[in-house]
Amino acid sequence: MIQFDKVSKRYPTGHEALNGLSLELDAGEMAFLIGHSGAGKSTLLKLIMLMERPTHGQLLVNGKNLNRLHRSQIPYYRRNIGVVFQNHQLLFDRSAFDNVALPLLVSGYQPREVGRRVRAALDKVGLLDKEKMNPIALSGGEQQRLGIARAVVHKPRILLADEPTGNLDPELSAEIMDLFRQFCEVGVTVLIATHDVDLISRMGMRQLQLQQGRLIQDGVPA
Amino acid sequence: MNRYRRGKPEKMMVSNSRGGKSAKEPRRGASGGRVSLLGKLRSYLQSHRHLFFSTVKRLASEPIQTLMTSLVVAIALGLPAVLYVGVVNLQQLGSRVETTTQITVFLKIDSSQKAIEQFQKNLISEADVDTVEYISRQQALEEFRILSGFGDVLDMLDENPLPPVFIVQPVAHFQRDLVASEVLVAKLKGMALVDDVQLDMKWMQRLQAMLVIGERFALSLGLALALGVLLIIGNTIRLAIESRRDEIVVVKLVGGTNAYVRRPFLYTGIWYGVIGGILAWVLVAVGVQWISGPVARLAELYQSLFELMGLGFFGLIVLLLIGASLGLIGAWLAVARHISSIEPK
Repeated sequence: MIQFDKVSKRYPTGHEALNGLSLELDAGEMAFLIGHSGAGKSTLLKLIMLMERPTHGQLLVNGKNLNRLHRSQIPYYRRNIGVVFQNHQLLFDRSAFDNVALPLLVSGYQPREVGRRVRAALDKVGLLDKEKMNPIALSGGEQQRLGIARAVVHKPRILLADEPTGNLDPELSAEIMDLFRQFCEVGVTVLIATHDVDLISRMGMRQLQLQQGRLIQDGVPA
Repeated sequence: MNRYRRGKPEKMMVSNSRGGKSAKEPRRGASGGRVSLLGKLRSYLQSHRHLFFSTVKRLASEPIQTLMTSLVVAIALGLPAVLYVGVVNLQQLGSRVETTTQITVFLKIDSSQKAIEQFQKNLISEADVDTVEYISRQQALEEFRILSGFGDVLDMLDENPLPPVFIVQPVAHFQRDLVASEVLVAKLKGMALVDDVQLDMKWMQRLQAMLVIGERFALSLGLALALGVLLIIGNTIRLAIESRRDEIVVVKLVGGTNAYVRRPFLYTGIWYGVIGGILAWVLVAVGVQWISGPVARLAELYQSLFELMGLGFFGLIVLLLIGASLGLIGAWLAVARHISSIEPK
């Protein structure tokens, strides 16, 4: 589903974020991206989101070479991906419902369909009774779950998360990770960047360890 | 929220949706195209209808800002509109005056009464002449005494210095035909009894020339102010874009196209122009109403039926169209420069 082939990314500042990185993630697979801050985890996710372009190498997502994707095609490409951010990127000028509805509205879904899907997503993350609340009134864990609802509302084939448990206590973090695993179980390809090694080591999932822009370890830890 | 019909939430991702695909399930593919073409068109129109109202709501939620921008637009649109109204009214006045175009014929001061009577007969029989009015030397003197206030001075003179005068009204088709009038004047000048002939059309020509200048002036002022409107609306939209930067980033992250991001701002620009146009029309209407009283009194003094003309319904439509177009263009200029530069980082 996601295939990095000797991908390098050098920022205009000269910082070499990724260095000839190759890896492959199958459809429906779930993996964790670990490593110190600055190891290239965020850059790797940004490349998949086409927020950045690789300096060298090929990046294939769902069989498509992203290097050949024109700028104007990026929005349509992004509609196949859901992203969860550490800082949620929620909009505080509208209700929880309207936040989750956003990916559907930009894709041109019918209002009736939007209502159905948004409530399904909110139900999935346990926030159905809070749809009318402003996200600012929600707790940290609830905000993160709302961010997840927004990431999955349009049923993406790929789900990316950058430090989704960054500000949460261990119990809430485990809850969030469990949510991600449920999406993986229904066939979504899930890639999560995290530094919460304790938590994920108990999950028995594939781990990709980055160091200075290189993949130094890949596999399910014993 | 009530845009969305409340329904039972669909059970999410219980089965692998890529497995059994029901007919109702939108088509999935890597390059989008999840919604049918007809559905896309429908939701496109729906989103426009939604934007139509939601942008108004947003403007109404910031009444001061909206009013200020719209007022500036209104003043910029109103100024050339006022000039236009002025020119149109003067033209109207001009066309009324034209119908009273007259030729004043001064006879030689020592013309005999008999010769004058004969001359009057000749004039009336002239094909190009409609009516003839005779003002004798004595009548002229009386009139002058009353109107000028120099009665005492006249008394000091031994002799009446004023010549006998005929006021000649040419036939209707001469009214607009300057050349034909000139020919008539030349003919009258050639007559033995005639001392001088004045065609009271010269000032009409001057008025026409001035009106052309006025028209040009209104147009150039209008163009300059239109540029001003573009800048005002462009700047307001730029600020609106800046204040919604977070939202734009998120919309782009979830797959919103530039066109999608642009649309609400374009609508907002159009609204500023439309509201400005309406306000401009109201301003001009109030102004016209305000001076129409004094103008009517002035017209009365001149025994004229002249009535001040406002912009009317047609003027409102034109102002709305101009306002909306300028709003759209101004917003487009701002949007084109700023939205593509806002990218998620």
